[in-house]
Amino acid sequence: MQVTIKIFRYNPEQDQKPSYRTYTLEALETDRVLDLLEMVKGHQDGTLSFRRSCAHGICGSDAMRINGMNRLACKTLVRDIGAKITVEPILGLTVIKDLIVDMGPFFEHYRSVLPYLINDEPEPEKERLQSAEERERFDDTTKCILCACCTTACPSFWGSDQYVGPAAIVAAHRFIFDSRDRGASERLKILNEVFGVYRCHTVFNCTLACPRDIQITKAIGEVKAAISSGSFKF
Amino acid sequence: MKTHEYEVLVVGAGGAGLMAGLYASRTAKTAVISKLYPTRSHTGTAQGGIGAALGNEEEDHPEWHTFDSVKGSDYLGDQDAIEFMCFEAIPAIYELEHMGLPFDRTKDGKIAQRPFGGHTNNVTGKPVRRACHAADRTGHMILQTLYQQCIKNQVTFFDEYQVIDLLLENGAAAGVVAIELATGELHVFRAKAVILATGGHGRIWEITSNAYAFTGDGIAIALRRGVPAEDMEFFQFHPTGIYKLGILITEAVRGEGGVLINGKGERFMEKYAPKVKDLASRDVISRAIYTEIREGRGVGGGNYVYLDVRPESVNHYAAIDGRRNPDGSPYTVRGEEVIARLPDIVDFCRVYLGVDPVTQMMPVQPTAHYTMGGIPTNKYGEVVIDDHNTVLPGLYAAGEVACVSIHGANRLGTNSLLDLVVFGKHAGLRAAEFAKGADFQALPGDPTEFARTQFDRIRNADGKENVFDISREMKHEMFEDMGIFRNAEGMQRALDKVRELQERLGHVHVKDNGKIFNMELMNAWELSNLLYLAEVTTVSALARRESRGGHSREDFPKRDDQEWLKHTLAWVRPDGTIDLKYKPVVITKYPPKERTY
Repeated sequence: MQVTIKIFRYNPEQDQKPSYRTYTLEALETDRVLDLLEMVKGHQDGTLSFRRSCAHGICGSDAMRINGMNRLACKTLVRDIGAKITVEPILGLTVIKDLIVDMGPFFEHYRSVLPYLINDEPEPEKERLQSAEERERFDDTTKCILCACCTTACPSFWGSDQYVGPAAIVAAHRFIFDSRDRGASERLKILNEVFGVYRCHTVFNCTLACPRDIQITKAIGEVKAAISSGSFKF
Repeated sequence: MKTHEYEVLVVGAGGAGLMAGLYASRTAKTAVISKLYPTRSHTGTAQGGIGAALGNEEEDHPEWHTFDSVKGSDYLGDQDAIEFMCFEAIPAIYELEHMGLPFDRTKDGKIAQRPFGGHTNNVTGKPVRRACHAADRTGHMILQTLYQQCIKNQVTFFDEYQVIDLLLENGAAAGVVAIELATGELHVFRAKAVILATGGHGRIWEITSNAYAFTGDGIAIALRRGVPAEDMEFFQFHPTGIYKLGILITEAVRGEGGVLINGKGERFMEKYAPKVKDLASRDVISRAIYTEIREGRGVGGGNYVYLDVRPESVNHYAAIDGRRNPDGSPYTVRGEEVIARLPDIVDFCRVYLGVDPVTQMMPVQPTAHYTMGGIPTNKYGEVVIDDHNTVLPGLYAAGEVACVSIHGANRLGTNSLLDLVVFGKHAGLRAAEFAKGADFQALPGDPTEFARTQFDRIRNADGKENVFDISREMKHEMFEDMGIFRNAEGMQRALDKVRELQERLGHVHVKDNGKIFNMELMNAWELSNLLYLAEVTTVSALARRESRGGHSREDFPKRDDQEWLKHTLAWVRPDGTIDLKYKPVVITKYPPKERTY
């Protein structure tokens, strides 16, 4: 089938401002948008630049706005979105070139919530015990691949890039609700700040955008509840 | 040109690189550079589990793990290194758990374990539960956990810096040259010790489970500087990739009771591996699938078979096999358990195939998966550069880029993640220790000269050829003639084609002449690495006149321990010719015997 793909283009070494260019391709219904980008790069315009690696939705490199929705290019098939496709960089982060944005601030927010197990108690000789139920409690938020689809779909983040954003809160949730962790108070203190969880106005864009189907808004709600219920001291 | 100075420099930020970075940074000034953000590394795509004889579910011993790995390697693995890894596995898993890795749990709260191909109870010969898992995203959880620990321990990262050259002076490591992708600027990283942890090169083949990033940069830069590559003819084809796409469907599907079904609706693995059937080693199963396809028993006569994990099928065959739970009750599964244990597999099938594995069978074919060969090292990660295992001071390698050799001619499932964690750690420790007692080597007068030469050759080519086409032709030819079954005629055809493509790469057209994220230039350079490694792989394979593990020759169908119980070492000379030498396999407790499952 014939597909037209309109792509946001910007090369800071040549262009005064961004523009859109449209390419026509022969494609299959089962082709991924990533395959289309590779075809454009391979045969129509080698200067087209984008990030990609695993090509099946695990590494998180190729988050883009595809027909207005944040998605992974490798996990979006032509049959999902039809033959008229628009691809743009994710919003709220500085565009460096074409579909490549500066991920620095995103990872900075991730690092700010202490995204690692905190537990200074002496380690047992073998594993720490954890029941299957305790493990299940934070399962959903362990799936995050840090693609930034959620954070860059969030109007609060568009409004202020100082907001830690959904992905960072997901990372915090993964540890706050891990029975082995002792750092919940520290994290909740950070998330109780002015650019913390209360910037979330439950728009649900993050949940819709997540390519891993994480219930992000629910997770943010649980973090808010943990702060307001006083169940953790901080 | 910017110059940086670190005592230890790690190249690559997957499982091995992060582990090396964590351990080296405890005592030495360390940096980790990677062409990807660390969490994008290919370790994250590993699914089913990491092997260790914890015995949490049933009786198991590191000695059994050792023997299974030796047998899995078709006796080409070095037994001292394998034993070292399998004993280190147990503390390594506990360490990962202490770091916070969210393993699945048993009823009594311990780390849960599942069966995997080639892992057996050495007394009964039946599959044993040895693979420690976090659903079917074990690699993802290892990568995340190690990166989190690096943040906690303030390890220094240079993200999106791609290595281009290895600097050696006075026969020792002096550093590396890397390109900062965001600016196109070359940086010199001067270091007392360099650890290469750049992964494999499965993008040589058409149907592959490997990431775009898997272009063998680490092996290529080492080969260009005179370091040999070991056992390159041994490359693993995983039996179950998604048809046409190659996306991995974990062996854990069969660990949970899934079976392979041919076009006639028959479970065929019992013909090829009567004892463990669908849980035989990967090389055995990939050959079985190809044999079924060749003999006209693919689905609809085509080149794929089905993987069936529908609960009614699992329960049917589990009853026939007499499979039991650890508590002795008959083994059964329900649809929701399949979804809970294999959520990502269910997701992949729904997204890419429109197939629901709980109610439909999955179309699968073998997919290029894992580089058993690589840069020769000893069990401390030190690179050894000849048939006497002479150490190259200051150079280390760990993970898929390295060949210790623990995987020999065929890697067992779950041993790759183990390899990363165990040898990443030891390479980091050893490199830091070395750096404490060593001085920096002098840098050459113009350290980036060779890197610039390589880029200039691509930029200044006359522009008749297309990178995308050359890449596609390479992948197609290598899959046809350097795949699961090989013969002299086909391999020669592959070699001729690869050399033709190398020549054509010299005439390539790169339109992008910018500096910022010039991915077209980088892709062309990566293709030069892939073609280079395809050539070394094929030359090594042509010379080995036997069948062993992943190297299966129709013209030499038997293993030949008399002649070929030895490792291949391949050097590329400055004029481009490839020299082969051999070194003995280390055999300690397990004399080679016939390999059946």
